[in-house]
Amino acid sequence: MLDSIAGLGRFALRFVERLGRSQLFGLELLRALGAGLARPRLMVEQMYSIGVMSSLITVVAGLFVGMVLGLQGYYTLSDFGAEDSLGQLVALSLVRELGPVVTALLFAGRAGSALTAEIGLMKATEQLSALEMMAVDPLRRVLAPRLIAGFLSMPLLAALFSMTGVGGGYFVAVGLVGIDPGSFWSQMQSGVDFHDDILNGVLKSVVFGAVVTWISLFEGYDCIPTSEGVSRATTRTVVHSSLAVLGVDFVLTALMFGE
Amino acid sequence: MTNRGVEIAVGLFVAIGLGALLVLAMQVSNLGLAERGEVYRLTADFDNIGGLKERSPVTAAGVTVGRVTAVEYKMDTFSARVTLEIQKRYDRFPMDTGASIYTSGILGEQYVELNPGAEEEVLADGDVIGLTQSAFVLEELIGRVLLNRAEGG
Repeated sequence: MLDSIAGLGRFALRFVERLGRSQLFGLELLRALGAGLARPRLMVEQMYSIGVMSSLITVVAGLFVGMVLGLQGYYTLSDFGAEDSLGQLVALSLVRELGPVVTALLFAGRAGSALTAEIGLMKATEQLSALEMMAVDPLRRVLAPRLIAGFLSMPLLAALFSMTGVGGGYFVAVGLVGIDPGSFWSQMQSGVDFHDDILNGVLKSVVFGAVVTWISLFEGYDCIPTSEGVSRATTRTVVHSSLAVLGVDFVLTALMFGE
Repeated sequence: MTNRGVEIAVGLFVAIGLGALLVLAMQVSNLGLAERGEVYRLTADFDNIGGLKERSPVTAAGVTVGRVTAVEYKMDTFSARVTLEIQKRYDRFPMDTGASIYTSGILGEQYVELNPGAEEEVLADGDVIGLTQSAFVLEELIGRVLLNRAEGG
């Protein structure tokens, strides 16, 4: 009996301790950001592995999500004779929600897991300690450029996603089910606001980029330096960042789109 | 991959990403159709504006000529005061122009339609449109039809 209560307490303590460590890690990382900006070359390299390498999956996913939205929207809207609003439906759902969120989920799976594995392996093979021995701060040299690359890449990826999604929706609406292209675009343009919808979507994706990269880097930096520890940390990255993205998305939506 | 190759790829990525944002801004959102240039303001008092909101379009003969920029309740006349921003190039609406609130489609959004009159004098910045027709409210209409039937039957 007492043992199980102690087990619960140990679990809670460890959880809070990890949470606190991740906050402290985040603060230190923020302090190292300036140093990361001072090394643009490292940042560009990281943008290649984080951003460019994730762009293909983002574009393909965006295309299909847009096409599915177009079809599903058409089936429902045609019941009401409101097919002309399809453009607005597709664009609003993509720009406000699906663009930032689905891109962040893909980003967590594609780039976040790779980041954790990379940093975790550096820790397991004591490369991070070696850097410290040479008086090079791994936070500044290794982690900060990755964080910056992460939250520069996310909004660009989300914009790519939304754009190809709108393209996919257009293809289905105009090419397959025969909606007039003029009303498709005009309904979209009158229904989507630049400040309220597009800029808020971009802001969302910046926040998601920061959250996902932060969690990935923390999990890698904090992992148990064994092969099993690295693999567990990688799994945790994907699970935690996906949950964090969905949770933060609810809060941001409530803050942004209230009347 | 060589360092230069990486740089080119990242440059392309950033350019395409920013391009996508630009497309979203200009093609998907209303930024592309934001009315540039001068506008002038007219006001109109309605007994009931229905679902008219800020940013609703103002049209004349179906062509969008401006937008609703403010809706407020006036305590002294118990009516709704609607401020309309009309583009400067449409500056010759006669003094006796009427304003009506219509609905586009059955469930569509509401808009203000201007019906030009025949006077020589034209509306200028700050003028008030006198002739107004309120929004069509479904419940009122149903009530009236029921009343008519009760009287007739």
